[in-house]
Amino acid sequence: MFKKILIANRGEIAVRVIRACRELGITSVAVYSDVDRASLHVRKADEAYHIGSPAAAESYLNFAKILGVAKLSGADAIHPGYGFLSENARFAQACVDERIKFIGPTAASMEMMGSKTRARQEMEKAGVPFVPGTSRGLESPEQAEQVAAKIGYPVMLKAAAGGGGKGMRLVHAPGEVKAALEAAQSEAERAFGDREVYIEKAIINPRHIEMQVLADEHGNTVYLGERECSIQRRHQKVLEESPSPIVDPDMRRRMGEIAVRVAKAASYTNAGTVEFLVDQDKTFYFLEMNTRLQVEHPVTELITGLDLVHLQIRIASGEKLPFGQEDVRIRGHAIECRIYAEDPDNNYFPSPGRITLLLLPSGPGIRRDSGMYEGWTVPIDYDPLLAKLIGYGTDRKQAISRLTRALHEYFVGGIKTNISLFRRILTDSDFQAGKLDTGYLDRLLKTRPPEVRGEDADVAAIAAGIFATLDPASAVASNGNLSANPANIANRETTVPGWKRAARMEGLG
Amino acid sequence: MVYDVTIDGKDYRLELMRTETGWQCQLNGRDMQVDAVLARRDVLSVLIGGRAFEIKREHTATDMHLWVGSVRYLAELRDPRSLRGRKGAGADEKGPKKLLAPMPGKVVRVLIGEQQAVEAGQSVLVVEAMKMQNEIKSPKKGTVQKIVAAEGANVNAGDVLAIVE
Repeated sequence: MFKKILIANRGEIAVRVIRACRELGITSVAVYSDVDRASLHVRKADEAYHIGSPAAAESYLNFAKILGVAKLSGADAIHPGYGFLSENARFAQACVDERIKFIGPTAASMEMMGSKTRARQEMEKAGVPFVPGTSRGLESPEQAEQVAAKIGYPVMLKAAAGGGGKGMRLVHAPGEVKAALEAAQSEAERAFGDREVYIEKAIINPRHIEMQVLADEHGNTVYLGERECSIQRRHQKVLEESPSPIVDPDMRRRMGEIAVRVAKAASYTNAGTVEFLVDQDKTFYFLEMNTRLQVEHPVTELITGLDLVHLQIRIASGEKLPFGQEDVRIRGHAIECRIYAEDPDNNYFPSPGRITLLLLPSGPGIRRDSGMYEGWTVPIDYDPLLAKLIGYGTDRKQAISRLTRALHEYFVGGIKTNISLFRRILTDSDFQAGKLDTGYLDRLLKTRPPEVRGEDADVAAIAAGIFATLDPASAVASNGNLSANPANIANRETTVPGWKRAARMEGLG
Repeated sequence: MVYDVTIDGKDYRLELMRTETGWQCQLNGRDMQVDAVLARRDVLSVLIGGRAFEIKREHTATDMHLWVGSVRYLAELRDPRSLRGRKGAGADEKGPKKLLAPMPGKVVRVLIGEQQAVEAGQSVLVVEAMKMQNEIKSPKKGTVQKIVAAEGANVNAGDVLAIVE
């Protein structure tokens, strides 16, 4: 077993991995950029080292600095979390070259799955069903038109190196093919430095369901059930649950066996996720494999009783999987809400700032994985994910009611969050009926929000006066704090749009 | 104590008097017994006629919010006997009003120049943050006395952008 693990990440996932290290008796090493000195992961770790300026390229994406800290601190392994370097094959290889264990798959597995066309070629060989289309880059608009005519419109043009919706074009008719292909190719070139674009049949309003797999370094691979991830905005997941409301034991077994076949075709090791698109007839198609721990891994942990980060560490240290497929049992239902620093009244734009008041939910069936604390200033430089609130229950209905109850206990003051969005989703009749697809959230947000104007304005009026009498100082102090604490929100013009860009590029989830 | 309170645009006259067991309260002429405990800074537990409420207070750069349960109310409070009793930054003086930046960002446009007339609710400046543009509106009819933040200036939440007299 490892003695010391460096966590090459920040925020809630760094805290999550640090906790696992503590539980396993492993010393944890945090790294931090200029704006993260006061972040929670630095407070929780056994050791912490500064690695540079806020821009991720200068800190959390910087191979040399991270490997330098690993050597300096004597870490024998690196956990990359999700985002940042977690799916960077060159970094995984650099770790091997430095004789530091990368907790994740090999560079070769990552490379195979990193190119969507290469993954499709391998899946074709392995007999894995994927969305009909080409598994090589398109040579010409004429070829694209031929394939489209064969598989039928609408079709999707996608960048081979793609992710986060970039280099993607939906095409409804033959006349649109040429312009869409050129646009997708040049966007792919700009975003990924690779203009390869392939074509596949567009599945309209599919479900997005993914299967967790775990593989040791001795040839054993298991699946740990699915996660329903259809609730998304701008290709970013917002709420995930397991089991999926539409997956029965037979479908789970079929999807799981395909997922294991995908993992084996890639000689995959450690934790990974095989994503599927599922159409209205419940036919599922391989979409891609995420070669890392997912943001939404806690829902799988709750329904299987397993600790995925413990298992990642044990597998990376060379241990065999301590159980087989027949030992995996699914029990109960879990739902995760991703709490983002976003303003629901302003089109969900990021809302950084100082957290002036934080009241936390607890009680039966509630798990909170968080990277924030009261008094902390959320930096503008990174993804706006603050925390994850996960509800567990005997069944879906109980998980929903516990989570709804906990969301009413949760209060984050001083910045805007999307907590109110989850109250809306959880009380929505389509959500409660499990009628979900990737268009669900956009449709919900187009409807008028339920009237939340309360009947307690009188109570608020009385409270305003009593606050002013009992606690007058903080009225002045809080206002002063915002402008008196400019260190983290100072005039860094160039980093302001960086937040959004970072979130997209990291392709979280 | 007497306060003029505005909650989501509705005005209240509130009279508060401490008693041995809590507060004797008159809200727009209506008498009520209120039991209140400050659980911690910015969190108040209130009992009225057996009903329990938890109220959270939140300050943004420009506003005060009171949350009763999960419902947010915009609150303003004034002591009618005091000329300087108005709470909240920018409202200290009776005459000139300060326009404050609601979030960190950059002034991308100044729409109304100094010494020009402005209507209540008319946009004076545009502040961009995270590629989102926010129009900063005048709270009153008057004259733009001073533009403090010029076009292109980077501002922090709570910074004074302009003063309307």
